[in-house]
Amino acid sequence: MFSFILKRLAGAIPTLFIIVTLAFFLIRTAPGGPFDKERTIPPEVEANLNAVYHLDKPLYEQYAHYLVNVLQGDFGPSFQYRDFSVTDLIGSGFPVSLTLGLTAIFFAITIGMSLGAIAALRQNSLIDYAVMATAMTGITIPNFVMAPLLTLVFGVYLGMLPVGGWGDGMSQAILPVVALALPQIAYIARLTRGSMIEVLRSNFVRTARAKGLPERVMLTRHAMKAAMLPVVSYLGPASAAIITGSVVVEQIFGIPGIGRYFVQGALNRDYTLVMGVVIFYGTLIILFNLIVDIVYGMLDPKVRMG
Amino acid sequence: MNKKIVVLLLLIVAVAAGIFFYMKKEDEKVAEEKVVTPTKEMVFNRGNGAEPGSLDPQISEGVPSSHIIRDTFEGLTAEFTDGSIIPGQAESWTISEDGTTFTFKIRSNAVWSNGDPVTAHDFVYAWQRAVDPATGSEYSFLLYPLQNAQAIANGEEKDLAQLGVKALDDKTLEVQLEGPAPYFLGMITHSVAYPVHKATVEAHGEAWTRPENIVSNGAFNVTEWTPQSRIVAVKSDTYWDKDSVKLDKVVYYPTESTTTELKRYRAGELDWTYEVPNDQINWIKENMADEFHVSNYLGTYYYGFNMTKPPFNDPKLRKAFTMAIDRDILTTNIVTAGEVPAYAFVVPGVTAYDAVYADFNGMTQAEREAEALKLYEEAGYSKDKPLEMELRYNTNDNHKKIAIAVSSMWKKVFGAKVNLVNEEWKVYLETRKQKEVTQAFRAGWIGDYNDPNTFLELWLSDSGLNDTGFNNPEFDSLLKQASLEQDAAKRKELLMKAEGIFLEANAVAPIYHYVTKRMVKPYVKGWQSNVMDHIRSQYITVEK
Repeated sequence: MFSFILKRLAGAIPTLFIIVTLAFFLIRTAPGGPFDKERTIPPEVEANLNAVYHLDKPLYEQYAHYLVNVLQGDFGPSFQYRDFSVTDLIGSGFPVSLTLGLTAIFFAITIGMSLGAIAALRQNSLIDYAVMATAMTGITIPNFVMAPLLTLVFGVYLGMLPVGGWGDGMSQAILPVVALALPQIAYIARLTRGSMIEVLRSNFVRTARAKGLPERVMLTRHAMKAAMLPVVSYLGPASAAIITGSVVVEQIFGIPGIGRYFVQGALNRDYTLVMGVVIFYGTLIILFNLIVDIVYGMLDPKVRMG
Repeated sequence: MNKKIVVLLLLIVAVAAGIFFYMKKEDEKVAEEKVVTPTKEMVFNRGNGAEPGSLDPQISEGVPSSHIIRDTFEGLTAEFTDGSIIPGQAESWTISEDGTTFTFKIRSNAVWSNGDPVTAHDFVYAWQRAVDPATGSEYSFLLYPLQNAQAIANGEEKDLAQLGVKALDDKTLEVQLEGPAPYFLGMITHSVAYPVHKATVEAHGEAWTRPENIVSNGAFNVTEWTPQSRIVAVKSDTYWDKDSVKLDKVVYYPTESTTTELKRYRAGELDWTYEVPNDQINWIKENMADEFHVSNYLGTYYYGFNMTKPPFNDPKLRKAFTMAIDRDILTTNIVTAGEVPAYAFVVPGVTAYDAVYADFNGMTQAEREAEALKLYEEAGYSKDKPLEMELRYNTNDNHKKIAIAVSSMWKKVFGAKVNLVNEEWKVYLETRKQKEVTQAFRAGWIGDYNDPNTFLELWLSDSGLNDTGFNNPEFDSLLKQASLEQDAAKRKELLMKAEGIFLEANAVAPIYHYVTKRMVKPYVKGWQSNVMDHIRSQYITVEK
């Protein structure tokens, strides 16, 4: 397994290199630059700024310069947030995004799987229909609609929960986590229900029941494990969805994560900031997929790693 | 295999528990803080727009950071609640007879937050830093009235000491201007002219503004800066006028989305908003009118014409299109906060000036439209042979609504075919600057200081901001004469004449003058609207 992980990590390097190169040149093709404002600055001042940030050099030179710096772990200064380096900004945003994302994934898995399992066990009952109807609604309502709705109801009308901010206590995390986790809960519930129903009809479950195994043991030991497989393989896309979802949710709730830097960086032509976030997200998604593959191998004996 | 699942589940539980306890700890930390600080503490929760780009007075640009820097630093002069200029770090000053030499006496009790005295050398250092090309200051041009400032900024003069500012002794500063600039005392209330603490800047580089490093000389000191979340500034105990500062703490909340900001205000998390969302103004007027504050702002929203290319190189056509806009419809139905229909470029009410209006100001809209149609036909177009043109704006709901309304007015009056083109902000700025494909475009201008000069200098033929291609030697020379004129009345006349020439050319169609609009809780006292919208927290009290 160790060699498998090593191989996969080595395979990630060219992928990242391509991501970096593409992103570097793509963002430069966008018209405008970091210092274009409605209040145009005098040409000599703009020249000074370009010189300070090496933007006056030819593009290939900037690219080489950037690659060398990134290899040394230096993502450069931010053009927009001039008191910070990109590393500072990602460093301060990442713990927040991570907390938000992991909490959302955790709830998505536990609640989603429980709901799905219950629905499968009570197939075609009222509970089943209720869960599936809710899940369908959860999937169809995008989080940029869900989030403002939640804030309006729980923050403004009921006054129960804060509508934005971060770092003043756990209550501030509730609404964003709910907004982020809801579509995933819904999706996972549907996945679990489907695979659970299939598993419950399979031969090994019939055998287990025939052996006289108590229903509870049969479910937790045998059925659940097999039913988890599609959920596990969905975790890769789910983490990607949560990362992209957090871009929206962080904006709506005013959460200081890195999702916001991605959007603002692109709009401000803050080249280094966008690049930093792209590299960071790229690495993260590659890692997530790797973890999913490892877990999958642990759960399914048919999958061999080597 | 089972063991592995157990391990996996344990791992998930452990992560979840970790997160839970981490957050709970945060909760407790907050709770502890609440116990330690007395409940009577007066805190002002201020919505503050976008995340500030920088808190470095010479580097920063943009309105959000300027609000914070005005609270945490202080220049030679300052502003009272109504925007009038009052002594700041300087207790007094004298101006030479020719108006080009200013001598400032700095307060003996002006002190940095680390206890060091604020000296004339700090100002010399800061101003040299502002114009030094290596600093990359975006506002260095505000200091161009100083002797040799422009030469230093564009690299012709390498010796920073040649800048027209000298410390005669620790507490006396002498400033040499190129010509008399009556707006100079107001202009140095801008952050680019604030002093900075040399030792701190040199010791920490770009990180000197972080809470753990920053040394400032204003009414508040920054103690916490969490990007995209909040900036906390507490009352300074070294500020010379600390006794008049009532707030214990100001918390600035960056809120990119005005909709989110309004929700946080309604939920009681903010006492003051930076703005209000345009599409909710009618709802606010119906439901929260008492807390909705609108006041005149020193800015103009306008449409510019590209004068360098057909069709708008034709002055008759420009005039026709300028006259055909029914500004009253726009300000009553589209921008509804109380914006003022504009027939001038310099905002009426600016100091040391009498408003100059376009010649069609006195006509009724029907007369304007009849006259406009005549000009349109003289320019060679008609209902049968209509002008087909593009109107460009940057992607934004408000701009879109206005563009749709204006294009339908042009359609109605002339039968012109107007294609609306919207572009993402930076793309739009680029095409506008190139003056190639752009025909008509939207723009806005907010004055940098309270003087007509900040509006008129845009249209100098060599101005980088002049995206219309307006080029009039007489206009240029009038502005030049005004900058050398010592007599205030004569200067005013020169500037008014210049604006008259500019309006006659119809390089731009002024549409409305901006207003500031914000929500303020009734318990926030001690503030007053002013045209610059410089609201300093040091005068504010929160009387909950």
